[in-house]
Amino acid sequence: MQTIDLAATTLRELNAALQGQTASTNQTEWEILNPRGAHALAVGLDAPIEVTVRGSTGYYCAGMNKQATVRITGSAGPGVAENMMSGTVVIDGDASQYAGATGRGGLLVIKGNASSRCGISMKGIDIVVHGSIGHMSAFMAQKGNLVVLGDAGDGLGDSLYEARLFVRGAVKGLGADCVEKEMRPEHLEILRDLLARAEADASPEEFRRYGSARSLYHFRVDNASAY
Amino acid sequence: MTERTPPRALPRQSATFSNETNSEIRRAAATGIYAIRGGGAKRKVPHFDDLLFLGASISRYPLEGYREKCATDVWLGTRNARKPLHLEIPITIAGMSFGSLSGPAKEALGRGATAAGTSTTTGDGGMTEEERGHSRTLIYQYLPSRYGMNPDDLRRADAIEVVVGQGAKPGGGGMLLGQKITERVAGMRDLPVGIDQRSACRHPDWTGPDDLEIKILELREITGWEKPIFVKIGGARPYFDTALAVKAGADVVVLDGMQGGTAATQNVFIEHVGQPTLACIRPAVRALQELGMHRKVQLVVSGGIRTGADVAKALALGADAVSIGTAALIALGDNDPRWEEDYRALGTTAGAYDDWHEGRDPAGITTQDPALAARLDPVEAGRRLRNYLAVMTLECQTIARACGKSHVHNLEPEDLCALTIEAAAMAGVPLAGTDWIPGLSGL
Repeated sequence: MQTIDLAATTLRELNAALQGQTASTNQTEWEILNPRGAHALAVGLDAPIEVTVRGSTGYYCAGMNKQATVRITGSAGPGVAENMMSGTVVIDGDASQYAGATGRGGLLVIKGNASSRCGISMKGIDIVVHGSIGHMSAFMAQKGNLVVLGDAGDGLGDSLYEARLFVRGAVKGLGADCVEKEMRPEHLEILRDLLARAEADASPEEFRRYGSARSLYHFRVDNASAY
Repeated sequence: MTERTPPRALPRQSATFSNETNSEIRRAAATGIYAIRGGGAKRKVPHFDDLLFLGASISRYPLEGYREKCATDVWLGTRNARKPLHLEIPITIAGMSFGSLSGPAKEALGRGATAAGTSTTTGDGGMTEEERGHSRTLIYQYLPSRYGMNPDDLRRADAIEVVVGQGAKPGGGGMLLGQKITERVAGMRDLPVGIDQRSACRHPDWTGPDDLEIKILELREITGWEKPIFVKIGGARPYFDTALAVKAGADVVVLDGMQGGTAATQNVFIEHVGQPTLACIRPAVRALQELGMHRKVQLVVSGGIRTGADVAKALALGADAVSIGTAALIALGDNDPRWEEDYRALGTTAGAYDDWHEGRDPAGITTQDPALAARLDPVEAGRRLRNYLAVMTLECQTIARACGKSHVHNLEPEDLCALTIEAAAMAGVPLAGTDWIPGLSGL
């Protein structure tokens, strides 16, 4: 276990050390102490290492992550795991705005709640939120799966493309062009797998699926009021 | 006696309801959708043509045109980046996406820019091998859509440009209509094939200058503080936007006036939102000067740059470099009269063609149609761009020498006068034949 204390190490030194790991590294376990809400922690990683941040983080923790597993034992600030490519990011606490924004791959697990715009413009990432999510989540979501065990705020899935949204609780309101869709067997399989990987205690049958009605995919005068 | 017909006045067209205006009313009435087009503002606005250089005389010595050196190189990104860019000429190629442009067109831009010693820029569609492979210096745009964004391309870029806005549509997002969303374009953007794609106008994970500062920190941390970070703004509020970009940590501010082009957006946006390039430069320079950052944070100006004289005027007003988009496409072959027959078939004419969003470009530049794209030879087109950049540079040097400058960056507002009151006010230089700078001196 490699331990880096941010009370005695600069952000640059920390990120350089983590980014310097390669696929063949034997330093696979890392622990970061005293994050104290620092921004841009553990960003741009690209190796199969496990990083545990003991505490809460500021903006963009684990941004653009590839391969690595990053666990935050506290809560995460805005944009956690933004544009993640692969790997896993787990937040034991809550996540602020834009969690998993534009993520292109990998799995983001939020054990608490996520604020507004969770999964905004997601492009292939899978996100599982054990709690509830705020308004305008999955705005313009393109690909991937967003699973919410709790409730969803207003404007869910506004202007979304091909992302799949699964919500167990109440949805305050759907955004433009977002509709409830039939839950087919293949969706239950996707859900079962994601719930298991996210250590979520829920049954796929309890969820509803939402997706794009695809009515705004082309400009039409009749849709003017929807924009 | 024969009865004489009384004379009649000629039919009078309305200046308000011109034929052009009426045709747009009829088009809107028939279709129910706003007009979408490519390019920048077509209306006449005060521009660099309204400025003149004074040249040297008894009070200033000129440099010998063919004997004394007039340098043109420029450093971009010296504030924070470990590897700032060093370009041979102060003219760069603006961001244009693969998707809006064909692969061969992106390759041609890379070839021409590299031969001329300058940079190219990606656009709202990710980085292609065509442009990375043929661009010695490539700036990677970081846009609200984040199409194709990934850390590997960030790291193989030479600089990163955070796009906040552009001159053609400050406050608006990108647009790419279904005709151009081919399998390859859709794959790069993670979108279904054939949809009318609308990019977001705001970044998904930050709002405001305080957030931008943290976003820039993240990008620097991901790329090891190696790459210059540019921030591109549209010509909306150049004084405040420049100051806020500097506050957020930008190494370079790219300022795009309303004549700057776009691949596609609403015509009403292009013509009615934003300020002319000429009106934007001095407020931006003033912001830099007041912060003690002029020449430390470099200013790149774009929007309607066509000639070496335009370049020289932008530099004289305080820019460190300029960027060209529309002019570069014309150099490649866009709107060339050799395709007139094809333009006519599309209901337009060479020089006026702006339906870039439709993907039927006869010149094979703003298209994803393989047959049309094949019309553009990237080697030949790249050579034309190289030649054009060389001519612009020579023209700029010619003017600088005539003003007694050994480097084009030594050009200054005192070398200029204005032909109109409007241009004098916008550029902050005296009206020709007077000492009057409207808004600054006298009445």
